[in-house]
Amino acid sequence: MHATASNVVSAEQSAEAARNAKDSRNDVLFGWILKACALLVLLALVGAAASTLWLGQDAFRTFGWGFLTSATWDPSNDQYGALVPVMGTVGTAMIALVVAVPISFGIALFLTEIAPQWLRGPVSSAIELLAGIPSIIYGMWGLFIFAPFVAEHIKPWLMNNFSADPPDGKVSLLVVKLPWIAKFFSSEYAFFGAGVLTAGLVLAVMIIPFISSVMREVFQTVPTRLKESAYALGSSTWEVVWDIVVPYTRTAVIGGVFLGLGRALGETMAVAFVLGNTFKFSWSFLETGSSIASTIANQFGEAQGLQKSALMALAFLLFVVTFIVLLIARLMLRRMATKEGR
Amino acid sequence: MFTRKLRIAALVAASLFGMSAVQATDITGAGSSFVYPVISKWSAAYAEKTGNKLNYQSVGSGAGIAQIKEGTIDFGASDAPMSAEDLQKFGLGQFPSVVGGIVPVINLKGVDAGKLKLTGPVLAKIFLGEIKEWNNAEILALNPELKTALTGLEGKAAQITVVHRSDGSGTSFNFTNYLSKVSPEWASKVKFGTAVEWPAGVGGKGNEGVSQYVRQIPGSIGYVEYAYAEKNKISWAQMQNAAGQWVEPNADAFAAAAATADWKSAKDFNLIMTNAPGAKAWPITATTWIIMYKKSKNPEHTKVAFDFFKWSLENGQSQAASLSYVALPPELVKQIEAYWAEFK
Repeated sequence: MHATASNVVSAEQSAEAARNAKDSRNDVLFGWILKACALLVLLALVGAAASTLWLGQDAFRTFGWGFLTSATWDPSNDQYGALVPVMGTVGTAMIALVVAVPISFGIALFLTEIAPQWLRGPVSSAIELLAGIPSIIYGMWGLFIFAPFVAEHIKPWLMNNFSADPPDGKVSLLVVKLPWIAKFFSSEYAFFGAGVLTAGLVLAVMIIPFISSVMREVFQTVPTRLKESAYALGSSTWEVVWDIVVPYTRTAVIGGVFLGLGRALGETMAVAFVLGNTFKFSWSFLETGSSIASTIANQFGEAQGLQKSALMALAFLLFVVTFIVLLIARLMLRRMATKEGR
Repeated sequence: MFTRKLRIAALVAASLFGMSAVQATDITGAGSSFVYPVISKWSAAYAEKTGNKLNYQSVGSGAGIAQIKEGTIDFGASDAPMSAEDLQKFGLGQFPSVVGGIVPVINLKGVDAGKLKLTGPVLAKIFLGEIKEWNNAEILALNPELKTALTGLEGKAAQITVVHRSDGSGTSFNFTNYLSKVSPEWASKVKFGTAVEWPAGVGGKGNEGVSQYVRQIPGSIGYVEYAYAEKNKISWAQMQNAAGQWVEPNADAFAAAAATADWKSAKDFNLIMTNAPGAKAWPITATTWIIMYKKSKNPEHTKVAFDFFKWSLENGQSQAASLSYVALPPELVKQIEAYWAEFK
């Protein structure tokens, strides 16, 4: 009798042990699956970077560091340099960011704090729809409608006020006092709408939906309690936003901004249509240029030999540029955190 | 039960395979976008007649050559001819398919289509960025009747903006090849190719991009395939050809260029037609070469491909004309068909 009881207990124990063993095995298995999912992303990234480097090695070997500093892109003599596309990529993305971030911030704030309830749904869906428009459509819009608009209205005004060679012939007082400004507003083709500024503005329209929908999502996560407490203490809407909402969501907001920046850096078709596709180095916003992605899209189909390798090397540089930009963002975040003593 | 299912499946499979044997053969080609419109029109008409379908992908000449070298397609199409050594090395042969024209297009206030006259050397100087204004003496000397219109342009309106293709293309290949033939400076500085380092101007993506830029910029000059200039109603310029005659771009002038080019002495049709010698020839005329294996890896497909090109070279004139291309002249077609004897 006694013996049977102990038998039952041990059987229960062994059943429990078996269950525990099974659980821990499954836990390990689950852990492995999750790890594999994460590793897959890493593998794809490293694989893509490594294969562009591998296919671009001819170009890197032929031109060395000169590839980064040369402004030549000459397929018939097989001389290639990445300076103009890299500058064009960074320049257009920066303009896009400068325009898109404040507007997105305004959109997100309006939708979460100010807009009447009935308006929030439709406007939010409209923004998400905007994010779904293919980039070729933006390119066509830029080419047919926006570039002529820039040529007719925006560019003449900028050149009249800031360039040393204005269409109306009168150099503005500002340029007389500060002649270095003119360097950023010169243009070889005064009647031409495409250029770095135009591309940057088109990119801004393209990334606004991304940034603003991320901002809207995270602004909604701010606990009502915090906001209401601030209002109760007599804060204005702006004070609540700037002192409560933004600090609470800052990391996620910056994440959203960099999502948009990533898209702007890699955008291809839209930029190819409105950037003018020239390989002359210039500091001017109004001059034409080219970007890494648009150069690849333009030339890859017909490229052979060293030209193909140079395009692959450009693709690798896009990885490097993106990586550096993200690194700077991380450092900025860390510095902000230490400043607050966190 | 199970065996019965299996038997039915086998029967279905057999009937499907059986059907495909009597059915049409699908052949694939890839390459130049220059011939894409006309090949797709030909293949639709050919499929209606024979049931054989043709799948052509306009991925660019470079990619077309790469794919035929790898043997993944039945024929490649390239805007630049392959060299005799390359053809020999890979056991390939090539022949021209259809003729098209490339025209300089302009946006000049007060100058109607076809009124402006340009010679090859002047065109080269414009694209080199050496002639910067429309009231330049060399342009005025060629166009005495446009003197008031051209000298009437003032300041920035007189400035010439060059528009070129930003993407690698057969149109650029033939245009720069022409400039190389008429301008020693162009030949030594810029050379020719599907993409070059343009000394002046801005780049539009595709024929659409170039024609759109030209329409937007007053005082601009670009080059597009004739069909685009015609469709988009952009002003074009007359050119002086190698024989010293002034010619307008049209089907007759393109055909004259194809007929007077010296194909007889060109081995493997390795001849770029620009600056053709005929008195009526349009100077910037282009063709696309079809590239196939001389010793086929897939004889059944190759047979259909040859049948397709024989049919289109002999009967495809109307389709070509409707797209502003010109079919090859009969003597050239005969020469191509004789060349096909080298293929097995």
